[in-house]
Amino acid sequence: MSKEMPATPMLDELESGPWPSFVSGLKRLAAAEDKPYAPMMKDLLGQLERSYETRKGYWKGGTVGVRGYGAGVIPRFSELAGEFPESAEFHTLRIMPPAGMHYTTDILRQLCDIWEKYGSGLVALHGQSGDIMFQGIRTANVQPCFEEFNALGFDLGGAGAGVRTSISCVGAARCEQSCFDEARAMRMIVNSFLDEMHRPSLPYKFKFKFSGCANDCANAIQRSDFAVIGTWRDDLRIDQDEVKTYVAKNGRKWMIDQVIAMCPTRALSLNDDDTLAFDGESCVRCMHCINAMTKAIKPGDERGVTILLGGKRTLKIGDQMGTVIVPFLRLETDEDYEALLDLARRVVDFFVENALEHERIGESIERIGLVNLLEAVGLELDPNMVSHPRTNSYVRTDGWEEEAAKWRARKGSAEAAD
Amino acid sequence: MAEPHIPIESGVPDPFPYMHPVLKRNYGTWRWHDRPRPGVLRHVAASGETVWTVKAGTQRQLDVFTVRRLCAIGDECADGFMRFTTRSNIEFMVTDEAKVAPLVARLEAEGFPVGGTGNSVSMISHTQGWLHCDIPGTDASGVVKALMDAMIHEFRHEEMPNKVKITTSCCQINCGGQGDIAVNVQHTKPPVINHDLVAQMCERPAVVARCPVAAIRPAMVNGKPSLEVDEKKCVCCGACYPPCPPMQINDPEHSKLAIWVGGKHSSTRTKPTFHKLVAAGIPNNPPRWPEATDIVMKILHAYKVGARPWERMSEWIDRIGWPRFFEVTDLPFTKFHIETWRGARASLNASAQLRF
Repeated sequence: MSKEMPATPMLDELESGPWPSFVSGLKRLAAAEDKPYAPMMKDLLGQLERSYETRKGYWKGGTVGVRGYGAGVIPRFSELAGEFPESAEFHTLRIMPPAGMHYTTDILRQLCDIWEKYGSGLVALHGQSGDIMFQGIRTANVQPCFEEFNALGFDLGGAGAGVRTSISCVGAARCEQSCFDEARAMRMIVNSFLDEMHRPSLPYKFKFKFSGCANDCANAIQRSDFAVIGTWRDDLRIDQDEVKTYVAKNGRKWMIDQVIAMCPTRALSLNDDDTLAFDGESCVRCMHCINAMTKAIKPGDERGVTILLGGKRTLKIGDQMGTVIVPFLRLETDEDYEALLDLARRVVDFFVENALEHERIGESIERIGLVNLLEAVGLELDPNMVSHPRTNSYVRTDGWEEEAAKWRARKGSAEAAD
Repeated sequence: MAEPHIPIESGVPDPFPYMHPVLKRNYGTWRWHDRPRPGVLRHVAASGETVWTVKAGTQRQLDVFTVRRLCAIGDECADGFMRFTTRSNIEFMVTDEAKVAPLVARLEAEGFPVGGTGNSVSMISHTQGWLHCDIPGTDASGVVKALMDAMIHEFRHEEMPNKVKITTSCCQINCGGQGDIAVNVQHTKPPVINHDLVAQMCERPAVVARCPVAAIRPAMVNGKPSLEVDEKKCVCCGACYPPCPPMQINDPEHSKLAIWVGGKHSSTRTKPTFHKLVAAGIPNNPPRWPEATDIVMKILHAYKVGARPWERMSEWIDRIGWPRFFEVTDLPFTKFHIETWRGARASLNASAQLRF
């Protein structure tokens, strides 16, 4: 006799309304009597309903993994195992998706087939970590399930104090604003740190994220330790005929209110002939005018990335954004990509050797100061790294002449190179 | 005995085998895009090729039957390729404009609302909650379902001044991230400690070190080594709970919801901003969290009516000022809105610029 469907009056209220209901999905799995996971999903529904009644969570962690790896499985054991025995073990496999989250219907079906065989049939596309979250599997099934995913070309993602699964925006695959090959950079870096991902031994987590432009669709500045953001070093490319077409279609008021006046550094003005005057030295490459006039304005030709370090959420010292450590790194040739990887390696090595336990690299910067980090990693100072110079005089400035000489020497060699 | 499986450390899969051929052919050479209607993007490449993308909402926590249904739609109405956005929206790409309308109709007919593009409220980025997290103060999928039901018009239409990104989080770690509007758990009472279990379950020095305000110290309680909390110092953040489950922070009554506004992740126009607290003490009220939903809708309405084109939530508030924000949203301004963390004075008004 099949197990009874639990009564879920509270969850049932989440089945109505226009947005797709996850509760209806859970029930479909629980009602699939010909599938091995139906009893598990009935108990899962029972426990979730209990959480809705009591406003308490009932999962605890533990240790579950696959052979050879020390991360990638999120263990979940129920505190209500006596009452809901079928979902007593309900672990998650974090599986890394193809960069940019592209799928064929065929590969998604194959992933579903494997998951139905070993797991609950519940999958999140995708978790905040950027992983496919296969949610709900018993300890005994974890290894064989992983082996099938692995044979299909998929690998476990990160968890704990290691390099984490990454995210890159859709980028070059379908966006004209892309300033570098996001998927290439992302795969090159993450796949070079698989040891640090699969056998986590860093002071704390370390996240890379990749956005093709300052719109930052991958949310890299706020949500990653190492943010790679596409930009350019020359001037915007403006098609003045297209500009005129926009003005003709939308009017001068639109042009002035929604493009010119929205420029944060007053780099734009409208000429009397309805073309754009552009002051390249004032432009901060913020993307607004490009977003507003996709046909008329494009990023420049000399493209590369800005790198920011130290973004994180609240724990423990409060929220932090990433801060600029490399204003511009050209990213066009194979050597350029190698240089990016080399920098990532130097930063992670620094993190391993210098961060305190459970300290993110943003907190390390807060503790030791940006200058110490730059010197240790071998990066040159740049005024683009600050919002403004210091306002506090409590600093020793002996050695000023030597530092000024370094700056002049660098400036001189840069001019000679130009 | 069989040889142990040696994992193939293949890492992040190459996306090219799974990518729509038109995206592969025109990789890195796209020229411009527009939005023919809400939920639909048109991208044109230097080659002259065009791809239409139809974006639809999903419940993120998907059962395999729903995934296969999406695959069937992909095969029958699109070209057999799809991708997901970071906010769990699904995108189908087609190269034939004639396929767009039938694809939109099919998605809507099967219960996947089409939208989430341009100046809309996109899908809420959310966390695991009671369904799967080990430390949640509330559910995630349920809150999101309730909110998206209420905001469905704003998902399907592009009527907002600019895009609106909403997030939810089930604890103060805030895995949901920054948002134009964020709905996050906010605990209001210190942890309740089970002193019988602390010694065996918690690495006590690590727990002491985890506290952001140094409110935890080792103590002997009833003859057992444990931890105690200086409740006057405690900020009820719950940071001690993950490393030490006997320090229970979640409380059915006292774990509340708080609403924050003005987080912005892009560097577009203004630099990125963090969200700011505007409302707290909101009951954690499953299954539909009506009190939180009401406040979100009120803020959203005020923004929709008051902001100028392109202003994100934070830019709108920068222009109108906080006095007007609290007026138009009819939310109380309290002592809790004033920062007390390090660097707090930087958030105070040090000028003679005022608004009445």
